[in-house]
Amino acid sequence: MNSICKSCPKADLDQNFNIKLKDHNEFVIALAGNPNVGKSTVFNALTGLNQHTGNWPGKTVSNARGIYKHKGKRFVLVDLPGTYSLLANSVEEQVARDFICFGKPDATVVVADATCLERNLNIVLQIIELTNKVVLCINLMDEAKRKGISVNIKKLEKKLGIPVVATIARKGEGLDKLMDKTYNVALGLETTSPKQIQYPKIIEDKIEKISKQLQDTLENKLNSRWVSLRLMEGDTTILESIYTFMLNKENTYVEEEGAYIYGYQ
Amino acid sequence: MDISENRDEHNLIRDLKDTLDKEKNEQLKDIIVSSIYAKAEEIASDVVVKESNRKIDWDQKLDDILTSKYSGFPIMFLLLGVIFWITIVGSNYPSEMLSNLFFGIEDHLTGWLISISTPQWLHGILILGIYRTLAWVVSVMLPPMAIFFPLFTFLEDLGYLPRVAFNLDRLFKKAGAHGKQSLTMSMGFGCNAAGIIACRIIESPRERLIAMLTNNFVPCNGRFPTLIAMSTILLGGLVASRFSNLAASLFVSVLVLISVIVTLAISWLLSKTWLKGVPSSFTLELPPYRKPQFGRILYTSIIDRTIFVLGRAVVIAAPAGIIIWLLANINVGGISMLNHSAAFLQPFANLIGLDGFILMAFILGLPANEIVLPILIMSYMSEGAMLELNSIRAMKELFIANNWTWLTTLNVMLFTLFHFPCGTTLWTIKKECGSNKWTLFSAVMPTVVGVTILFVITQLVRFLGLA
Repeated sequence: MNSICKSCPKADLDQNFNIKLKDHNEFVIALAGNPNVGKSTVFNALTGLNQHTGNWPGKTVSNARGIYKHKGKRFVLVDLPGTYSLLANSVEEQVARDFICFGKPDATVVVADATCLERNLNIVLQIIELTNKVVLCINLMDEAKRKGISVNIKKLEKKLGIPVVATIARKGEGLDKLMDKTYNVALGLETTSPKQIQYPKIIEDKIEKISKQLQDTLENKLNSRWVSLRLMEGDTTILESIYTFMLNKENTYVEEEGAYIYGYQ
Repeated sequence: MDISENRDEHNLIRDLKDTLDKEKNEQLKDIIVSSIYAKAEEIASDVVVKESNRKIDWDQKLDDILTSKYSGFPIMFLLLGVIFWITIVGSNYPSEMLSNLFFGIEDHLTGWLISISTPQWLHGILILGIYRTLAWVVSVMLPPMAIFFPLFTFLEDLGYLPRVAFNLDRLFKKAGAHGKQSLTMSMGFGCNAAGIIACRIIESPRERLIAMLTNNFVPCNGRFPTLIAMSTILLGGLVASRFSNLAASLFVSVLVLISVIVTLAISWLLSKTWLKGVPSSFTLELPPYRKPQFGRILYTSIIDRTIFVLGRAVVIAAPAGIIIWLLANINVGGISMLNHSAAFLQPFANLIGLDGFILMAFILGLPANEIVLPILIMSYMSEGAMLELNSIRAMKELFIANNWTWLTTLNVMLFTLFHFPCGTTLWTIKKECGSNKWTLFSAVMPTVVGVTILFVITQLVRFLGLA
């Protein structure tokens, strides 16, 4: 029953993502990133023993949530499955994407591995296309130093247009700053302006065309540029998710029609 | 249901239909993804500074060699060959020792049974049926397993197996299958049933099914002893004795290579026919090389693998021993039932260069591949000539006495690779895919492949008059 509080944006969190908030002053933070970057270390360091694990509704993907307090506010940290992209190639990627898209977290913290930043940036770039409330956490700085790798944090901040924090989660270094930045972004004290990727003209033209068609349905609740890109790639799972999470409908029609379009049986 | 909203959905989909053109999507997806990658590269090259000539990255250096396009495959092949060589050379002596021990015990047991005046038929079942089979299974299979498994586990612990998967990934993609199939196939070398359960890591149902249906093409632990023994017999006769072990181990490696090639070929065929589609992509992360933990290696390989496989063989071989002994000793019309069945299978078996007994052994060996060879030996031995079997050489003499040629040996090896999966594997396939149809297919398809290969080779060799 989602009709109890239609006006407040966090009403669907419980129903769709199993997340119960005590009051509307709690902030929801998503924790995303590649596998093996110390995401769980960050999660554990921030939340300590205040954790709860379960499954995503209807999925066999495990889901960990934890609570931490910072500057007198409560934050619910949601540990998303470690993924290399948000392109919905797997259940994990779909879960991560759906939460960032439809769970509407107050901020998303992306954890990246300093020793192989280039590969980790792919998911960062995909997430800042979707939402501008993003904080990037460059973890494993000690390992990078050992390998003779250094990352220019200031420059990276400028290039991406979002706050970037260097951490060594294992030793707890940089986590205070990470919580500060997350606090600022979640409460809207610090405005971010993510630099969007400019695609070749053929893509940009299509984005413009498709996003016009989408605007009525999405009603600014979801970034239409991003949805256009996914549709262009032939990803129908995003349509299913829109119907499930935004329109709260059975998505059988989409499945049938999608199957028809793609010629699957 | 709200009609107006319902119409919205329909309209959205319909409006978008022009956009959702599958062929074009693939191209667009490539452009989009490469734009993201290019951007990531651009940013990273700008903000990351890597100190050059610091410490040499040994992992990287090693990976450059082990996963290189050119040296990756030869090294894989060589390592495999070395493992088989050590196994073959190392297991000859302990095998003979064990078998002498067991047959010494058999004499004592027989003497004791006679002293308490056990009836002849009971002695037959207990000693000639059950005990002999068990003695055979343990003495022939234990030494190679106790050597092969620790070596294999050593490579696994070292971190080499992910590199193997990495090398093979490209080929599986080309075959229209999922790159992760290289991992599930590698697991199949251990146990096909385990390999099939491992197919859960493949997300796409189409690719998972391909991986499950073709997993059985690579030989599992239960079949390696047969392959090793047969290879020793075959090449012991063809190559000078000094090199026969080396040749035998190389030949087993070649067989493994063939099994991988057939896996790829059938995967390709399936993805072009019944299971059409485009392979999906994934990222394979190579873990760092680790110092192997020898204690753990010995534990996993001896307890988890050797004892497990041997235990299964023993548990299944004992009742099979009774059945074989009964079949060989119950006469109908003056001829044993075993002979009847073998004679029935003989015409077909002959076409594919086997004989009725061999085919019977494979059929009766359905519960576990480990017992095919023991069944075969028991069938031959129950035919009067009660020779004591205490070495591979004696086994060879037994086979020659039963009209085996080099072609028969080769065919047995190939049929060991390519026939229906064992009972456990079939049951696992049924559980994992939930379809009777595909389970049946997974049994029939490899058999058809095997019979075809054997038929062609046999007819060709006979036509050329080579055997």
